[in-house]
Amino acid sequence: MRRIINRRPGRGGIVFWGALPFLGAAALYAVASALRLAENPNDKLLPPLSAMAAAVARIAFTPDPRTGDYLMWADTLASLHRLGLGLGVATAAALVIGIAMGLIPYVRAGLSPFVAILSMVPPMAVLPVLFIVFGLDELSKVVLIVVGVTPFLIRDLAMRTGELPAEQIVKAQTLGGSTWQIVLRVVLPQMLPRLVDAVRLSLGPAWLFLISAEAIAATEGLGYRIFLVRRYLAMDVILPYVAWITLLAFVSDYLLRLFNARCFPWLKAGKGSA
Amino acid sequence: MSHVSVRGLWKEYPGQVVLERVDLEIPSGEFCALVGPSGCGKTTFLRMLLGQERPTRGGILLDGRPLVAEPGPDRGVVFQRYSVFPHLTVLENVILGREFEGSRFLGRLFGARRRAAEEEAKGILAAVGLGDHLRKYPAELSGGMQQRLAIAQALILKPKVLLLDEPFGALDAGTKAQMYELLLRLWSERKMTVFMVTHDLKEGFTLATRVLAFDRVRVDPTDPGAYGARITYDLLLTEKTAVQARLATAGRPRETQDRHGTQVAAL
Repeated sequence: MRRIINRRPGRGGIVFWGALPFLGAAALYAVASALRLAENPNDKLLPPLSAMAAAVARIAFTPDPRTGDYLMWADTLASLHRLGLGLGVATAAALVIGIAMGLIPYVRAGLSPFVAILSMVPPMAVLPVLFIVFGLDELSKVVLIVVGVTPFLIRDLAMRTGELPAEQIVKAQTLGGSTWQIVLRVVLPQMLPRLVDAVRLSLGPAWLFLISAEAIAATEGLGYRIFLVRRYLAMDVILPYVAWITLLAFVSDYLLRLFNARCFPWLKAGKGSA
Repeated sequence: MSHVSVRGLWKEYPGQVVLERVDLEIPSGEFCALVGPSGCGKTTFLRMLLGQERPTRGGILLDGRPLVAEPGPDRGVVFQRYSVFPHLTVLENVILGREFEGSRFLGRLFGARRRAAEEEAKGILAAVGLGDHLRKYPAELSGGMQQRLAIAQALILKPKVLLLDEPFGALDAGTKAQMYELLLRLWSERKMTVFMVTHDLKEGFTLATRVLAFDRVRVDPTDPGAYGARITYDLLLTEKTAVQARLATAGRPRETQDRHGTQVAAL
Protein backbone atom coordinates (compact mmCIF):
# COMPACT_ATOMS: atom_id res chain seq x y z
CA MET A 1 0.00 0.00 0.00
CA ARG A 2 1.58 3.25 -1.13
CA ARG A 3 1.35 6.34 1.04
CA ILE A 4 -1.65 8.51 0.26
CA ILE A 5 0.63 11.49 -0.48
CA ASN A 6 2.01 9.55 -3.47
CA ARG A 7 -1.30 8.50 -4.97
CA ARG A 8 -2.73 10.76 -7.66
CA PRO A 9 -6.15 10.75 -9.33
CA GLY A 10 -6.22 10.23 -13.12
CA ARG A 11 -8.00 12.46 -15.63
CA GLY A 12 -11.44 11.03 -14.95
CA GLY A 13 -10.70 10.93 -11.23
CA ILE A 14 -10.03 14.68 -11.17
CA VAL A 15 -13.42 15.37 -12.80
CA PHE A 16 -15.16 12.97 -10.44
CA TRP A 17 -13.60 14.29 -7.23
CA GLY A 18 -14.09 17.85 -8.39
CA ALA A 19 -17.79 17.28 -9.12
CA LEU A 20 -18.45 15.42 -5.90
CA PRO A 21 -18.89 18.41 -3.53
CA PHE A 22 -21.22 20.11 -6.02
CA LEU A 23 -23.36 17.01 -6.40
CA GLY A 24 -23.30 16.51 -2.62
CA ALA A 25 -24.49 20.06 -1.94
CA ALA A 26 -27.22 19.76 -4.60
CA ALA A 27 -28.42 16.45 -3.22
CA LEU A 28 -28.44 17.80 0.33
CA TYR A 29 -30.53 20.77 -0.80
CA ALA A 30 -32.97 18.58 -2.77
CA VAL A 31 -33.53 16.26 0.18
CA ALA A 32 -33.91 19.05 2.74
CA SER A 33 -36.24 20.96 0.44
CA ALA A 34 -38.39 17.85 -0.24
CA LEU A 35 -38.63 17.13 3.48
CA ARG A 36 -39.77 20.66 4.36
CA LEU A 37 -42.22 20.80 1.44
CA ALA A 38 -43.72 17.44 2.47
CA GLU A 39 -44.52 19.00 5.83
CA ASN A 40 -45.75 22.35 4.48
CA PRO A 41 -46.36 22.79 0.72
CA ASN A 42 -46.21 26.60 1.12
CA ASP A 43 -42.74 26.59 2.75
CA LYS A 44 -40.66 29.52 1.46
CA LEU A 45 -37.27 28.77 2.97
CA LEU A 46 -36.11 25.98 0.66
CA PRO A 47 -38.12 26.32 -2.55
CA PRO A 48 -37.93 23.48 -5.11
CA LEU A 49 -36.00 23.93 -8.37
CA SER A 50 -39.27 24.40 -10.26
CA ALA A 51 -40.16 27.43 -8.10
CA MET A 52 -36.76 28.97 -8.71
CA ALA A 53 -37.07 28.39 -12.46
CA ALA A 54 -40.47 30.06 -12.42
CA ALA A 55 -39.05 33.02 -10.49
CA VAL A 56 -36.17 33.40 -12.94
CA ALA A 57 -38.62 33.24 -15.87
CA ARG A 58 -40.65 35.99 -14.21
CA ILE A 59 -37.79 38.40 -13.45
CA ALA A 60 -35.48 37.67 -16.36
CA PHE A 61 -37.75 36.94 -19.31
CA THR A 62 -40.99 38.90 -18.65
CA PRO A 63 -41.04 42.68 -18.60
CA ASP A 64 -41.83 44.22 -15.26
CA PRO A 65 -45.46 45.40 -15.34
CA ARG A 66 -44.56 48.70 -13.66
CA THR A 67 -41.41 49.81 -15.54
CA GLY A 68 -41.38 47.57 -18.62
CA ASP A 69 -37.77 46.52 -17.85
CA TYR A 70 -36.49 42.97 -17.67
CA LEU A 71 -35.52 43.27 -14.00
CA MET A 72 -32.68 40.78 -13.78
CA TRP A 73 -30.91 42.20 -16.82
CA ALA A 74 -31.41 45.79 -15.69
CA ASP A 75 -30.03 44.83 -12.26
CA THR A 76 -27.06 43.02 -13.81
CA LEU A 77 -26.28 45.94 -16.08
CA ALA A 78 -26.46 48.47 -13.26
CA SER A 79 -24.26 46.37 -10.96
CA LEU A 80 -21.66 45.54 -13.60
CA HIS A 81 -21.52 49.20 -14.60
CA ARG A 82 -20.73 50.25 -11.01
CA LEU A 83 -18.29 47.39 -10.51
CA GLY A 84 -16.46 48.03 -13.79
CA LEU A 85 -16.20 51.75 -13.11
CA GLY A 86 -14.97 51.21 -9.56
CA LEU A 87 -12.42 48.55 -10.46
CA GLY A 88 -11.28 50.54 -13.51
CA VAL A 89 -10.56 53.67 -11.48
CA ALA A 90 -8.91 51.62 -8.72
CA THR A 91 -6.72 49.74 -11.21
CA ALA A 92 -5.60 52.88 -13.02
CA ALA A 93 -4.78 54.66 -9.75
CA ALA A 94 -2.93 51.62 -8.40
CA LEU A 95 -0.91 51.27 -11.59
CA VAL A 96 0.40 54.83 -11.42
CA ILE A 97 0.86 55.11 -7.66
CA GLY A 98 2.03 51.52 -7.12
CA ILE A 99 4.79 51.65 -9.74
CA ALA A 100 5.89 55.11 -8.59
CA MET A 101 6.06 53.89 -4.97
CA GLY A 102 7.92 50.74 -5.88
CA LEU A 103 10.48 52.42 -8.11
CA ILE A 104 11.07 55.96 -6.85
CA PRO A 105 12.50 56.17 -3.31
CA TYR A 106 11.11 59.67 -2.67
CA VAL A 107 7.57 58.66 -3.61
CA ARG A 108 7.90 55.55 -1.44
CA ALA A 109 9.16 57.60 1.50
CA GLY A 110 6.32 60.07 1.04
CA LEU A 111 3.41 57.75 0.46
CA SER A 112 4.01 54.33 1.98
CA PRO A 113 3.13 55.18 5.62
CA PHE A 114 0.02 57.02 4.44
CA VAL A 115 -1.13 54.17 2.20
CA ALA A 116 -0.35 51.62 4.93
CA ILE A 117 -2.65 53.46 7.34
CA LEU A 118 -5.28 54.15 4.70
CA SER A 119 -5.52 50.46 3.84
CA MET A 120 -6.46 49.71 7.45
CA VAL A 121 -9.52 51.99 7.42
CA PRO A 122 -12.54 49.67 7.21
CA PRO A 123 -14.30 50.81 4.01
CA MET A 124 -17.76 49.90 5.33
CA ALA A 125 -17.21 52.25 8.26
CA VAL A 126 -16.75 55.19 5.92
CA LEU A 127 -19.77 54.29 3.77
CA PRO A 128 -22.02 56.76 5.66
CA VAL A 129 -19.42 59.45 5.02
CA LEU A 130 -19.48 58.59 1.32
CA PHE A 131 -23.28 58.79 1.23
CA ILE A 132 -23.16 62.18 2.93
CA VAL A 133 -20.39 63.55 0.73
CA PHE A 134 -21.23 62.00 -2.63
CA GLY A 135 -25.00 61.64 -2.34
CA LEU A 136 -27.12 58.53 -2.52
CA ASP A 137 -26.83 57.83 -6.25
CA GLU A 138 -24.18 56.16 -8.40
CA LEU A 139 -21.08 58.05 -7.32
CA SER A 140 -20.97 56.92 -3.69
CA LYS A 141 -21.23 53.23 -4.66
CA VAL A 142 -18.39 53.53 -7.15
CA VAL A 143 -16.31 55.44 -4.62
CA LEU A 144 -16.86 52.73 -2.01
CA ILE A 145 -15.37 50.13 -4.37
CA VAL A 146 -12.48 52.45 -5.17
CA VAL A 147 -11.83 53.19 -1.49
CA GLY A 148 -12.08 49.53 -0.58
CA VAL A 149 -9.89 48.06 -3.30
CA THR A 150 -7.28 50.68 -4.25
CA PRO A 151 -5.03 50.55 -1.15
CA PHE A 152 -4.65 46.78 -1.51
CA LEU A 153 -3.83 47.08 -5.21
CA ILE A 154 -1.32 49.88 -4.57
CA ARG A 155 0.49 48.00 -1.83
CA ASP A 156 0.59 44.79 -3.83
CA LEU A 157 1.95 46.51 -6.93
CA ALA A 158 4.47 48.58 -4.98
CA MET A 159 5.77 45.39 -3.36
CA ARG A 160 5.98 43.57 -6.69
CA THR A 161 7.80 46.49 -8.27
CA GLY A 162 10.22 46.57 -5.35
CA GLU A 163 10.86 42.86 -5.85
CA LEU A 164 12.15 43.40 -9.38
CA PRO A 165 15.84 42.41 -9.28
CA ALA A 166 17.99 45.53 -8.78
CA GLU A 167 20.26 44.07 -11.49
CA GLN A 168 17.53 44.64 -14.07
CA ILE A 169 17.11 48.29 -13.18
CA VAL A 170 20.88 48.87 -13.17
CA LYS A 171 21.25 47.06 -16.47
CA ALA A 172 18.54 49.21 -18.03
CA GLN A 173 20.43 52.31 -16.89
CA THR A 174 23.66 51.07 -18.45
CA LEU A 175 21.66 50.73 -21.67
CA GLY A 176 20.95 54.45 -21.43
CA GLY A 177 17.36 54.24 -20.20
CA SER A 178 15.86 57.31 -18.50
CA THR A 179 13.49 56.82 -15.55
CA TRP A 180 10.51 57.23 -17.86
CA GLN A 181 11.89 54.82 -20.47
CA ILE A 182 12.66 52.24 -17.78
CA VAL A 183 9.12 52.52 -16.43
CA LEU A 184 7.67 52.16 -19.91
CA ARG A 185 9.81 49.35 -21.29
CA VAL A 186 11.06 47.41 -18.25
CA VAL A 187 8.77 47.90 -15.26
CA LEU A 188 5.30 48.39 -16.72
CA PRO A 189 5.28 45.34 -19.02
CA GLN A 190 6.40 43.12 -16.15
CA MET A 191 3.90 44.64 -13.69
CA LEU A 192 0.77 44.45 -15.88
CA PRO A 193 0.26 40.69 -15.40
CA ARG A 194 0.88 41.10 -11.67
CA LEU A 195 -1.70 43.86 -11.56
CA VAL A 196 -4.22 41.66 -13.37
CA ASP A 197 -3.63 38.94 -10.77
CA ALA A 198 -4.13 41.46 -7.97
CA VAL A 199 -7.40 42.60 -9.57
CA ARG A 200 -8.52 38.97 -9.72
CA LEU A 201 -7.90 38.67 -5.99
CA SER A 202 -9.83 41.85 -5.28
CA LEU A 203 -12.91 40.80 -7.28
CA GLY A 204 -14.36 39.23 -4.11
CA PRO A 205 -14.01 42.36 -1.95
CA ALA A 206 -15.25 44.53 -4.85
CA TRP A 207 -18.50 42.53 -5.06
CA LEU A 208 -18.83 42.68 -1.28
CA PHE A 209 -18.61 46.48 -1.27
CA LEU A 210 -20.94 46.77 -4.26
CA ILE A 211 -23.69 44.63 -2.76
CA SER A 212 -23.40 46.35 0.61
CA ALA A 213 -23.75 49.77 -0.96
CA GLU A 214 -26.67 48.63 -3.11
CA ALA A 215 -28.38 47.05 -0.14
CA ILE A 216 -28.41 50.34 1.69
CA ALA A 217 -29.35 52.83 -1.01
CA ALA A 218 -30.20 52.01 -4.62
CA THR A 219 -33.13 51.74 -6.99
CA GLU A 220 -31.74 48.90 -9.07
CA GLY A 221 -28.86 46.43 -8.97
CA LEU A 222 -28.30 42.83 -7.98
CA GLY A 223 -27.68 43.65 -4.32
CA TYR A 224 -30.65 45.99 -4.19
CA ARG A 225 -32.99 43.26 -5.52
CA ILE A 226 -31.79 40.63 -3.07
CA PHE A 227 -32.32 42.90 -0.11
CA LEU A 228 -35.67 44.10 -1.50
CA VAL A 229 -37.22 40.64 -1.92
CA ARG A 230 -35.78 39.52 1.41
CA ARG A 231 -38.78 41.31 2.95
CA TYR A 232 -41.07 38.77 1.31
CA LEU A 233 -38.80 35.86 2.19
CA ALA A 234 -38.50 35.26 -1.57
CA MET A 235 -35.80 32.61 -1.50
CA ASP A 236 -36.86 31.57 -5.00
CA VAL A 237 -35.42 34.89 -6.25
CA ILE A 238 -32.53 35.27 -3.81
CA LEU A 239 -30.93 31.89 -4.49
CA PRO A 240 -30.81 32.26 -8.31
CA TYR A 241 -29.46 35.80 -7.86
CA VAL A 242 -26.68 34.54 -5.60
CA ALA A 243 -25.85 31.84 -8.15
CA TRP A 244 -25.87 34.44 -10.92
CA ILE A 245 -23.53 36.79 -9.02
CA THR A 246 -21.20 33.87 -8.31
CA LEU A 247 -21.20 32.97 -12.00
CA LEU A 248 -20.44 36.55 -13.02
CA ALA A 249 -17.53 36.74 -10.58
CA PHE A 250 -16.22 33.36 -11.71
CA VAL A 251 -16.39 34.30 -15.39
CA SER A 252 -14.66 37.65 -14.88
CA ASP A 253 -11.90 35.89 -12.93
CA TYR A 254 -11.56 33.35 -15.74
CA LEU A 255 -11.44 36.06 -18.41
CA LEU A 256 -8.70 37.93 -16.54
CA ARG A 257 -6.69 34.73 -16.27
CA LEU A 258 -7.15 34.14 -19.99
CA PHE A 259 -6.09 37.73 -20.68
CA ASN A 260 -2.80 37.15 -18.81
CA ALA A 261 -2.08 33.92 -20.64
CA ARG A 262 -2.85 35.48 -24.04
CA CYS A 263 -1.16 38.84 -23.69
CA PHE A 264 1.96 37.84 -21.75
CA PRO A 265 3.37 34.72 -23.42
CA TRP A 266 6.69 35.21 -21.63
CA LEU A 267 5.05 34.33 -18.29
CA LYS A 268 4.79 30.72 -19.37
CA ALA A 269 8.02 30.61 -21.38
CA GLY A 270 10.46 28.12 -19.99
CA LYS A 271 7.88 26.56 -17.69
CA GLY A 272 6.58 23.24 -18.91
CA SER A 273 6.81 22.59 -22.63
CA ALA A 274 10.03 24.45 -23.43
CA MET B 1 39.86 55.63 -24.93
CA SER B 2 38.92 54.41 -21.51
CA HIS B 3 41.60 55.10 -18.98
CA VAL B 4 40.44 54.48 -15.43
CA SER B 5 42.11 56.19 -12.46
CA VAL B 6 41.22 55.41 -8.88
CA ARG B 7 42.46 58.02 -6.41
CA GLY B 8 42.55 57.47 -2.64
CA LEU B 9 39.32 55.52 -2.60
CA TRP B 10 37.64 54.70 0.74
CA LYS B 11 34.30 53.03 1.27
CA GLU B 12 32.68 52.82 4.67
CA TYR B 13 29.35 51.57 5.85
CA PRO B 14 28.15 52.44 9.36
CA GLY B 15 30.42 50.53 11.74
CA GLN B 16 32.40 48.93 8.96
CA VAL B 17 35.21 49.95 6.68
CA VAL B 18 35.00 47.99 3.44
CA LEU B 19 37.82 49.43 1.35
CA GLU B 20 40.65 51.70 2.36
CA ARG B 21 43.19 53.68 0.35
CA VAL B 22 42.74 52.12 -3.07
CA ASP B 23 44.89 53.76 -5.73
CA LEU B 24 45.00 52.41 -9.28
CA GLU B 25 45.87 53.46 -12.79
CA ILE B 26 44.29 51.21 -15.39
CA PRO B 27 45.32 52.03 -18.95
CA SER B 28 42.83 51.74 -21.76
CA GLY B 29 42.15 48.20 -22.97
CA GLU B 30 43.30 46.39 -19.84
CA PHE B 31 41.50 43.22 -18.73
CA CYS B 32 41.43 43.30 -14.93
CA ALA B 33 40.39 40.39 -12.76
CA LEU B 34 39.35 41.30 -9.22
CA VAL B 35 40.00 38.34 -6.92
CA GLY B 36 39.95 37.77 -3.18
CA PRO B 37 37.96 36.12 -0.38
CA SER B 38 34.23 36.79 0.02
CA GLY B 39 33.27 40.01 1.73
CA CYS B 40 36.51 41.81 0.95
CA GLY B 41 34.98 44.52 -1.19
CA LYS B 42 35.50 43.27 -4.76
CA THR B 43 31.85 43.65 -5.62
CA THR B 44 31.63 46.95 -3.73
CA PHE B 45 34.53 48.23 -5.83
CA LEU B 46 32.78 47.09 -9.01
CA ARG B 47 29.56 48.81 -7.89
CA MET B 48 31.44 52.05 -7.43
CA LEU B 49 32.90 51.73 -10.93
CA LEU B 50 29.34 51.14 -12.09
CA GLY B 51 28.05 54.19 -10.25
CA GLN B 52 25.60 52.12 -8.23
CA GLU B 53 27.38 53.17 -5.03
CA ARG B 54 29.44 56.21 -4.12
CA PRO B 55 32.87 56.22 -2.52
CA THR B 56 33.01 57.65 1.00
CA ARG B 57 36.26 59.43 0.15
CA GLY B 58 38.40 59.71 -2.95
CA GLY B 59 37.13 59.25 -6.46
CA ILE B 60 37.24 57.46 -9.76
CA LEU B 61 38.14 59.17 -13.03
CA LEU B 62 37.26 57.86 -16.47
CA ASP B 63 39.54 59.43 -19.09
CA GLY B 64 40.44 62.16 -16.62
CA ARG B 65 36.89 63.15 -15.81
CA PRO B 66 35.04 62.18 -12.60
CA LEU B 67 32.77 59.22 -13.10
CA VAL B 68 29.08 60.05 -13.40
CA ALA B 69 27.56 58.97 -10.08
CA GLU B 70 24.90 56.73 -11.58
CA PRO B 71 24.97 53.87 -14.07
CA GLY B 72 25.16 55.07 -17.67
CA PRO B 73 25.74 53.86 -21.22
CA ASP B 74 29.53 54.36 -21.08
CA ARG B 75 29.80 51.36 -18.75
CA GLY B 76 28.23 48.05 -19.72
CA VAL B 77 27.53 45.40 -17.11
CA VAL B 78 26.85 41.68 -16.86
CA PHE B 79 25.76 40.24 -13.52
CA GLN B 80 25.75 36.63 -12.45
CA ARG B 81 21.96 36.52 -12.76
CA TYR B 82 18.98 38.69 -13.69
CA SER B 83 20.88 40.71 -16.31
CA VAL B 84 18.36 40.11 -19.09
CA PHE B 85 14.72 41.13 -19.28
CA PRO B 86 12.41 38.11 -19.04
CA HIS B 87 9.52 39.78 -20.91
CA LEU B 88 11.54 40.54 -24.05
CA THR B 89 12.71 38.10 -26.69
CA VAL B 90 16.42 37.64 -27.38
CA LEU B 91 16.33 40.14 -30.22
CA GLU B 92 14.24 42.67 -28.27
CA ASN B 93 16.65 42.40 -25.34
CA VAL B 94 19.57 43.40 -27.53
CA ILE B 95 17.94 46.24 -29.47
CA LEU B 96 16.66 47.81 -26.24
CA GLY B 97 19.82 49.91 -25.88
CA ARG B 98 19.32 51.38 -29.36
CA GLU B 99 15.63 51.94 -28.66
CA PHE B 100 16.39 53.92 -25.49
CA GLU B 101 18.90 55.96 -27.45
CA GLY B 102 16.72 56.61 -30.49
CA SER B 103 13.30 57.19 -28.96
CA ARG B 104 13.30 59.49 -25.98
CA PHE B 105 9.61 59.37 -25.16
CA LEU B 106 8.37 55.94 -26.24
CA GLY B 107 11.61 54.00 -25.86
CA ARG B 108 10.56 52.05 -28.93
CA LEU B 109 11.70 52.16 -32.56
CA PHE B 110 9.54 51.56 -35.63
CA GLY B 111 10.02 51.01 -39.35
CA ALA B 112 13.40 51.49 -40.96
CA ARG B 113 15.17 52.53 -37.75
CA ARG B 114 13.93 49.43 -35.98
CA ARG B 115 15.07 47.24 -38.86
CA ALA B 116 18.50 48.88 -38.75
CA ALA B 117 18.76 48.22 -35.01
CA GLU B 118 17.62 44.64 -35.56
CA GLU B 119 20.27 44.08 -38.20
CA GLU B 120 22.94 45.42 -35.88
CA ALA B 121 21.65 43.23 -33.04
CA LYS B 122 21.58 40.16 -35.27
CA GLY B 123 25.25 40.74 -36.07
CA ILE B 124 26.18 40.82 -32.38
CA LEU B 125 23.95 37.84 -31.57
CA ALA B 126 25.57 35.82 -34.35
CA ALA B 127 28.97 36.70 -32.88
CA VAL B 128 27.96 35.32 -29.48
CA GLY B 129 26.39 32.25 -31.07
CA LEU B 130 22.71 33.09 -30.52
CA GLY B 131 21.83 33.73 -34.16
CA ASP B 132 19.32 30.87 -34.23
CA HIS B 133 17.38 31.88 -31.12
CA LEU B 134 16.20 35.40 -31.94
CA ARG B 135 12.53 34.89 -31.08
CA LYS B 136 12.98 32.96 -27.84
CA TYR B 137 12.40 34.34 -24.36
CA PRO B 138 15.33 34.22 -21.90
CA ALA B 139 13.59 31.57 -19.77
CA GLU B 140 13.78 29.23 -22.76
CA LEU B 141 17.59 29.53 -22.92
CA SER B 142 20.21 27.65 -20.94
CA GLY B 143 22.32 29.46 -18.32
CA GLY B 144 25.29 29.88 -20.66
CA MET B 145 23.07 31.20 -23.45
CA GLN B 146 21.48 33.72 -21.06
CA GLN B 147 24.93 35.03 -20.12
CA ARG B 148 25.89 35.29 -23.79
CA LEU B 149 22.68 37.24 -24.34
CA ALA B 150 23.56 39.53 -21.43
CA ILE B 151 26.97 40.19 -22.98
CA ALA B 152 25.47 40.87 -26.42
CA GLN B 153 22.96 43.24 -24.82
CA ALA B 154 25.72 45.13 -23.01
CA LEU B 155 27.83 45.45 -26.18
CA ILE B 156 25.32 47.09 -28.52
CA LEU B 157 26.04 50.57 -27.16
CA LYS B 158 29.82 49.99 -27.47
CA PRO B 159 30.66 50.81 -23.84
CA LYS B 160 34.15 52.02 -22.98
CA VAL B 161 34.23 49.86 -19.88
CA LEU B 162 32.69 46.42 -19.44
CA LEU B 163 32.00 45.34 -15.85
CA LEU B 164 31.45 41.67 -15.09
CA ASP B 165 30.25 40.50 -11.67
CA GLU B 166 31.00 36.77 -11.47
CA PRO B 167 29.42 36.34 -14.90
CA PHE B 168 30.32 32.66 -15.20
CA GLY B 169 29.79 31.69 -11.56
CA ALA B 170 26.70 29.61 -12.30
CA LEU B 171 27.99 27.82 -15.42
CA ASP B 172 29.46 24.35 -15.84
CA ALA B 173 33.09 23.82 -16.81
CA GLY B 174 32.51 23.12 -20.53
CA THR B 175 30.31 26.16 -20.96
CA LYS B 176 32.84 28.28 -19.09
CA ALA B 177 35.60 27.36 -21.55
CA GLN B 178 33.40 28.47 -24.45
CA MET B 179 32.54 31.71 -22.66
CA TYR B 180 36.25 32.45 -22.04
CA GLU B 181 37.03 32.26 -25.73
CA LEU B 182 34.02 34.37 -26.63
CA LEU B 183 34.88 37.03 -24.07
CA LEU B 184 38.55 37.25 -25.13
CA ARG B 185 37.58 37.53 -28.78
CA LEU B 186 35.07 40.33 -28.11
CA TRP B 187 37.53 42.11 -25.83
CA SER B 188 40.34 42.10 -28.38
CA GLU B 189 37.98 43.18 -31.18
CA ARG B 190 36.42 46.06 -29.29
CA LYS B 191 39.34 47.41 -27.25
CA MET B 192 37.27 47.78 -24.10
CA THR B 193 38.60 48.03 -20.58
CA VAL B 194 37.21 45.05 -18.70
CA PHE B 195 36.80 44.59 -14.95
CA MET B 196 35.75 41.13 -13.85
CA VAL B 197 34.96 40.07 -10.30
CA THR B 198 35.59 36.37 -9.79
CA HIS B 199 36.13 34.06 -6.85
CA ASP B 200 37.88 31.61 -9.17
CA LEU B 201 41.62 32.40 -9.17
CA LYS B 202 42.25 30.15 -12.17
CA GLU B 203 39.59 31.99 -14.15
CA GLY B 204 41.20 35.30 -13.22
CA PHE B 205 44.63 34.23 -14.38
CA THR B 206 43.25 32.55 -17.52
CA LEU B 207 41.48 35.64 -18.77
CA ALA B 208 43.05 38.77 -17.38
CA THR B 209 46.05 40.84 -18.33
CA ARG B 210 46.14 42.19 -14.80
CA VAL B 211 45.05 40.52 -11.58
CA LEU B 212 44.07 42.66 -8.61
CA ALA B 213 43.88 40.76 -5.31
CA PHE B 214 41.76 42.33 -2.58
CA ASP B 215 42.33 41.41 1.05
CA ARG B 216 42.40 42.84 4.56
CA VAL B 217 45.93 43.67 5.60
CA ARG B 218 45.14 44.63 9.17
CA VAL B 219 42.60 42.83 11.31
CA ASP B 220 41.51 44.01 14.75
CA PRO B 221 40.16 40.89 16.49
CA THR B 222 38.01 42.94 18.87
CA ASP B 223 36.50 45.04 16.09
CA PRO B 224 36.34 43.16 12.78
CA GLY B 225 34.92 46.18 10.96
CA ALA B 226 37.69 48.59 11.95
CA TYR B 227 39.92 48.09 8.92
CA GLY B 228 38.99 47.63 5.30
CA ALA B 229 40.46 45.65 2.46
CA ARG B 230 43.18 46.93 0.17
CA ILE B 231 44.70 45.76 -3.04
CA THR B 232 47.38 43.38 -1.80
CA TYR B 233 48.69 42.18 -5.15
CA ASP B 234 48.64 44.00 -8.46
CA LEU B 235 49.99 41.52 -10.98
CA LEU B 236 50.62 42.63 -14.53
CA LEU B 237 50.55 39.66 -16.86
CA THR B 238 52.13 41.59 -19.72
CA GLU B 239 53.70 38.67 -21.48
CA LYS B 240 50.33 37.01 -21.71
CA THR B 241 48.88 40.00 -23.52
CA ALA B 242 50.96 39.20 -26.58
CA VAL B 243 50.03 35.53 -26.46
CA GLN B 244 46.37 36.36 -26.16
CA ALA B 245 46.47 38.78 -29.05
CA ARG B 246 47.84 35.96 -31.19
CA LEU B 247 45.31 33.50 -29.86
CA ALA B 248 42.44 35.88 -30.46
CA THR B 249 43.35 36.33 -34.11
CA ALA B 250 44.15 32.65 -34.55
CA GLY B 251 40.98 31.73 -32.74
CA ARG B 252 38.70 33.34 -35.29
CA PRO B 253 38.21 30.33 -37.63
CA ARG B 254 37.00 28.38 -34.61
CA GLU B 255 33.95 30.57 -34.25
CA THR B 256 31.68 28.19 -36.15
CA GLN B 257 32.89 25.29 -34.12
CA ASP B 258 32.12 27.21 -30.98
CA ARG B 259 28.62 27.99 -32.15
CA HIS B 260 27.77 24.34 -32.60
CA GLY B 261 28.70 23.77 -29.00
CA THR B 262 31.93 21.90 -29.52
CA GLN B 263 34.12 22.37 -26.52
CA VAL B 264 36.98 24.71 -27.16
CA ALA B 265 40.27 24.12 -25.39
CA ALA B 266 40.88 26.46 -22.50
CA LEU B 267 43.83 28.75 -22.86
